Amino acid sequence: MTELNWLSIKEAHDQLTSRQISSVELTQACLDRIDAVEDRVQSFLTLTPEIALAQAKEADRMLAAGEGGPLTGVPVQIKDVMCTKGVTTTCASRMLENFVPVYDATVVERLTTQGAVMLGKGNMDEFAMGSSCENSAFHPTHNPWDLDRVPGGSSGGAAASVASGEAIYALGSDTGGSVRQPAAFCGVVGLKPTYGLVSRYGLIAFASSLDQIGPVGRSVADCATVLNAIAGHDPRDATSVAREPQDYTANLGQNIKGMRLGVPEEYFVDGMEPGIRKAIDDALATLEGLGASVRPVSLPTTRYALACYYIIAPSECSANLARYDGVKYGYSYQGTTDMWEAMEKTREYGFGPEVTRRVMLGTYALSTGYYDAYYLKAQQARTLIRQDFERVFQDVDALVTPTSPVTAFKIGAMVDDPVQMYLTDVCTLPVNIAGLPGLSVPCGFSDGLPVGMQLIGPHFSEETLLRTAHAYESATQWSQARAAL
Amino acid sequence: MPLERSQVEHIAALARIGLTEEEILMFGEQLSHILEQFEVLEELDTTGVAPTGHAGGLQTVMREDVPQDSLDSEDVLKNAPNREGEFFRVNAVLEE
Repeated sequence: MTELNWLSIKEAHDQLTSRQISSVELTQACLDRIDAVEDRVQSFLTLTPEIALAQAKEADRMLAAGEGGPLTGVPVQIKDVMCTKGVTTTCASRMLENFVPVYDATVVERLTTQGAVMLGKGNMDEFAMGSSCENSAFHPTHNPWDLDRVPGGSSGGAAASVASGEAIYALGSDTGGSVRQPAAFCGVVGLKPTYGLVSRYGLIAFASSLDQIGPVGRSVADCATVLNAIAGHDPRDATSVAREPQDYTANLGQNIKGMRLGVPEEYFVDGMEPGIRKAIDDALATLEGLGASVRPVSLPTTRYALACYYIIAPSECSANLARYDGVKYGYSYQGTTDMWEAMEKTREYGFGPEVTRRVMLGTYALSTGYYDAYYLKAQQARTLIRQDFERVFQDVDALVTPTSPVTAFKIGAMVDDPVQMYLTDVCTLPVNIAGLPGLSVPCGFSDGLPVGMQLIGPHFSEETLLRTAHAYESATQWSQARAAL
Repeated sequence: MPLERSQVEHIAALARIGLTEEEILMFGEQLSHILEQFEVLEELDTTGVAPTGHAGGLQTVMREDVPQDSLDSEDVLKNAPNREGEFFRVNAVLEE
C-alpha cells in the first residue's frame, strides 16, 4: 500500500470520502514524513502542525457530514509569499521576519473554505526574486534528488516539499518561471495560469503585471484539481478576470489526436545540456505517437525577452517595495531620530542583496533621463513578444519547449553571477511577459537529474495544456519517479 | 558603459537604500554587467509600437460604490513597529 503522504489528491479524496482513512491520519503521515526528511530538505520556513491537525479534525467532520470538495482534508504547503491570517508570512525576508497578516490571501481563503489542511509556509527566494531558493534570508532548500543541489526558485520550497513527499501539493507563485522552473528541477508538475485567472489578493507583490499564483503537484491531474479550487474572479483584485468557471479535470482523459504542437527553435539555446535536448526530443516523439502533430515554429523576439523582463520586473519591484519604509509593518531601524536615515537603514538591513539589486535596477530604469531608453523600450518589446506568440498561435494549439536550459545546479554555483542565474529562466520569462499559461511536466532525466518539458498556450488555454500534459504523463513513467531520500 | 560610483550612489539615494562601501563597488559592477545585457534591445525597431503595461488586456475596472467595513484599527496597527494609541509613531518629518 502506498504510504499516505505519497497519495495523489484523487486517491486521498477517494479514501477520505469512503472513510478508509481520516484526514487526521493523512495529515499525521505528512507530519511524520516532515519529521523524517525536513532537516535535510528544509522546504519549510514555518511549520504549523497544530493548525494542520485542527484543520484535519474539521475536515473529518465535514467529510462525515458529506460536505467539502476534492481538496477537503488534503495537506498543502503554502509559499510564504501568500498572506495567512495569524501565521507569520515572511517572504523569506528579514524585512517581514515578524510580519503576521491580519487577513488571508484569496487563494488561502478558498482552500480553507474547502477544508484544506495547511502544513506550513514554503521557503522561497526573498520576495520571490531568484531561481534557486538561495536568496532566502533564512536558509536554503535542498533538492530531494541531490541534496547538494538547489531545488530551483523562487518556489523552491513548494517543489521540494511535493517531490519529497512532505506535502501532497503546494501553492507557489510565478513571476518569470518561479513555479515551472523549480517543478522541473524537482521532477514535479507546476502550472502558471494565465494572468488574471487566479486572484493576486494577499499575494505579496513583486511585479504586479507578471505575478501569478499556481499549483505544484505530483501529477497533472492534481494541478488541475487545485486550479479548479483557486481560479475565478475576485473583486478584490482588479486584474482578475470574470469568466465562467471551468472544470479543468473534466477533459483530462481525452486523447490529443490532431493537437497541433509548435517547437520554437529559439528556446533551444546555446549551452543547453545535451540530456535536456534529448529528453525533449523523446517527449516530442511520444506526443507524435499520441496523435499530435509537431512542427517547428519561430519566435524571433525571444532573444529580447531576458532584457525586457529584467527591466520590467525590477521596475515594478522598485515601486512595489517602496512600501517597506519601517513605518506600518516590517523591520524598522530604531537607532536614529532622522526620518530619512531610518528609512535607508531599514531598507539596507531589511533587504538581502538580490532584492537590493533589483530595486536599484528598477529605480535606475525608471529615473529621469533613462525612462524612455529602458522602461518604455521594454514595454514596446513586450508588445512585440506578445504579438509573436499571437502569430504562432494562429497555426498551433500549444508550444513545447524545455522548462529550463539547465538541470538543478550545485548550491553556491551561481550566487556571485546574477546574469548567469537570470539565464536559467530564459525559457519561462517570455510566458509571463505575454501573460500566457505555462506548465512544466517531468519528461526524463539528464545525468540523474529531472528534466521538465514546458507547454505554453494562448490565454486561458489551461484546459489544452493540462489535457496534453496528462496524455503525455499517462504514456510515460516520469511522474512516478521518486527521489531516494 | 559601466556605471560610475556617483551614479550608484544616486540610484541608492533615489531608492532610499543605504549601501556599504563594499556594496557600492559590488552593485556598480553587477548593475553595469546587467545593463550591458539590455543593449540587445537597441537593435529592436520599436518605432510606432504601442507599449504594453500588462498582458491581461483589461481596461479600468469599475464597481458599485457600496459602503463596507474596512480593517479594524487594532488589526491595522497590529504589525506597527512603533505606535502611540491609535496612531503609527514616526520620526519627525518637519524640522522645527
